[in-house]
Amino acid sequence: MTGGGNEAARAAERVARESYGRLVAFLAARTRDVAGAEDALAEAFASALKSWPADGVPANPDAWLLTVARRRQADAARRRHTRLAGEEHLKMMADEMDAAAQSPDDIPDRRLALMFTCAHPAIEKGMRTPLILQTILGLTAQDIAAAFLISPATMGQRLVRAKGRIKETGIPFAIPEKADLPERLEAVLDAIYAAYTKGWAEIGETGAPRLTEEAIWLGRLIVSLLPDEPEAKGMLALMLHAEARRGARRAPDGAYVPLEAQDTSLWDETLVAAAEALLHQANEAGPTGRYQIEAAIQSAHVARRMTGADTWPAILALYDHLYRITASPVVTLNRAVALAEAEGPAAALAAIEPLAADKRVADYQPYWAARGHLLAEVGKGAEAYEALTVALGLSADPAVRRYLQGRLATLQNG
Amino acid sequence: MRYMLMLYADEKVGTSIPADQMAKAMETMYAYHEALSKAGAFVATSALAPTWDSKTLHMEGGEVRQRDDGAFVNEGGELKVEDGPYVETREQLGGYFIIEAANMDEALKWAARCPAAQWGPIEVRPLVNTVDHFGKAWCATDGDVPVS
Repeated sequence: MTGGGNEAARAAERVARESYGRLVAFLAARTRDVAGAEDALAEAFASALKSWPADGVPANPDAWLLTVARRRQADAARRRHTRLAGEEHLKMMADEMDAAAQSPDDIPDRRLALMFTCAHPAIEKGMRTPLILQTILGLTAQDIAAAFLISPATMGQRLVRAKGRIKETGIPFAIPEKADLPERLEAVLDAIYAAYTKGWAEIGETGAPRLTEEAIWLGRLIVSLLPDEPEAKGMLALMLHAEARRGARRAPDGAYVPLEAQDTSLWDETLVAAAEALLHQANEAGPTGRYQIEAAIQSAHVARRMTGADTWPAILALYDHLYRITASPVVTLNRAVALAEAEGPAAALAAIEPLAADKRVADYQPYWAARGHLLAEVGKGAEAYEALTVALGLSADPAVRRYLQGRLATLQNG
Repeated sequence: MRYMLMLYADEKVGTSIPADQMAKAMETMYAYHEALSKAGAFVATSALAPTWDSKTLHMEGGEVRQRDDGAFVNEGGELKVEDGPYVETREQLGGYFIIEAANMDEALKWAARCPAAQWGPIEVRPLVNTVDHFGKAWCATDGDVPVS
């Protein structure tokens, strides 16, 4: 028995990581009761932690957990439903339990359907990412709340409400038809990518790496579940490119290091290679979507920094293409930053002039930082100082703040 | 909707920081103020003097009663003035921002950008519309209040 408890706990943890979403998806597929499925699964995990240390870890932990969770679900249904409805419900569960018992190694993977349910248009846009993080990965409301900067209690309530919506409005628990797939897939990819960017930029360093890790895990999952979708690969490639540079984006003293100044020997070559391979596969399959283009832009940055090749014209062309798809002010801004490298800061300033009246960028930190940087380069020191001051005020990350304070000090003394 | 960001910090630590270092820290506070203004979210701000400069007024004894005309009065009590804050706490209210934000999530996002979030807690509270019985705002908290 010595160490058995630890081993069982580790096994449970491993199963939780690998199978949480798969089991929730399977348990909720017919009932559409995600919260009920999670409750049942939580009880099954609790039983596992009690019995596995004594009895040993079962040969097929997934099937074990599924059986226990199904029983709990059946008990709950019996308590909740009227006699008639309850019987129907129980029969449905019994059928599925039989099916699962006959092929315990082959629990159908319904995580993809669950992801489409969580990112359904009927679910409030801001809740899609938290919902996927909880139902597929089993992250707690507390973990998710920290990343989204709201209180755990509020996050908990919102998650419960969103799950209630799935049940009440009968959001289909299915992979959309071919015709609807691109649009609906975009919502799923956006939700996963949002998790990555949360972990990447918005919150300083605490807890953030965990979220980027989970997002990449989800990215790999969706690529494995939808191997024919180029955009899924494009998104994973984009995340891996960003992840490859993690070690280079902070100086040893914690200061922020912009892309052009990064030491490329600190980039993770394995991740870069994986991103490039994915992008290559995605481009072969076409058609080109937002994530593929963004990954291609990152790939062009890598090529420039690694080989010294002038990839700015290619980057500009990719941004033009991206703007035609998104019409986003963020794309205008990023294109202007590339334009500054290709044609100089004056051209870039002219390109962002229309953004000055755009309310959407009024509190967008990168806009003010880029504007200040460009103004300084054309020698408009006073205006540059003003814009960089606003950028400083919009930064929540102490490292970025320190970088901008350095820039401001240089402007003041120079 | 308007929100008050109440900035708490240990004032003893605050006053022990040398003036030049404090000026550096205040630069980030000034930048934050600028960012709020540019984004159209700024309403008001002020720093507060340390609590050892504060006085607290309180009624001792007596009983509070509402009169027929609606006013609340204390009968039998005596107003006293004491040195210092109402409650002694480890961290003290050192300043505030009043901001305009669409909702609590937005207000929290602004609070996270406040440099003071690095060294002390920030309490975020919605301001409540207060309208007198003629429907006139005597304490306007946002643009929706009817102003005659």
